[in-house]
Amino acid sequence: MSPDTLSRVFAALADPTRRDIVDRLAADEATVNQLAEPYRMSVQAVYKHLRVLEEAGLVSRAPGPQPRRVRLRAEALDLMDEWLERYRRRAEERYQRLDRVLATMRQTNESEENSDDDDRGGPDGPHHPHHP
Amino acid sequence: MTTIEADPTVPIIRITRDFQATPEQLLRAHTDPELFARWVGPDSTRTRVDHWDARTGGSFRFVSVIDDGVEFGFRGCFHEIRPDRIVQTFTFEGDPDGVALETLWIEDLGGGRCRLRVQSLVDSFEGRDAWLKSGMETGVEQGYAKLDRMLADGAV
Repeated sequence: MSPDTLSRVFAALADPTRRDIVDRLAADEATVNQLAEPYRMSVQAVYKHLRVLEEAGLVSRAPGPQPRRVRLRAEALDLMDEWLERYRRRAEERYQRLDRVLATMRQTNESEENSDDDDRGGPDGPHHPHHP
Repeated sequence: MTTIEADPTVPIIRITRDFQATPEQLLRAHTDPELFARWVGPDSTRTRVDHWDARTGGSFRFVSVIDDGVEFGFRGCFHEIRPDRIVQTFTFEGDPDGVALETLWIEDLGGGRCRLRVQSLVDSFEGRDAWLKSGMETGVEQGYAKLDRMLADGAV
């Protein structure tokens, strides 16, 4: 997988119209005219958006006679999922380290509480600066 | 289990994770520089805290040191610190114009457990793109390391 491909996917999806096109294609294939219908823009402008999506590998147009149907290429979205999954994994690694730190904090708390109990009753017991 | 979500309409990353800890302990693990340095960096790096003033209006700077001595600096401001919330900015010094606004919520689940929710807002989708990509190499590496351990343990 190339990071450039991922950059193109993200850049392509940064535009609300293109995200909407992807959403609609997720439901079903469509011709360019059908795609253009709900938007207040020319078919030409929709073609422009489609070209960006095509270059990012998000959509493809079936070969054959006009009107060609546009379909979503699920692989590109899988790529994004994979990317996010790697980031998630890194966060999970970080939080597993935090789990270990929190576990030692619990142990420290318990031993301090125990020593507090031991000190109780002694007028000159040692002072615990961390727990005033 | 860490869950992550990249918002499709705004350049936000959201992370949620539960911990076996009280809210007070989880807050301390984020605000005490010694504790923070023990968990923040990737496995392969060591974290050195240069400056740390964890209170509302304070700021921080820490450095990730990779095995071969290469250093990456990070800094930001603590805008708000409360028992159940931290609001801070976060910048990688290699890209000082890209500033993330982060909000951390700590929710008490009872029974000595709590939930951390982190929301990071960056200034553009391109910024989020770069942010996510920065984790790619390390993610792969550590993913494989985990797989290695699983294979060694006979878990696979």
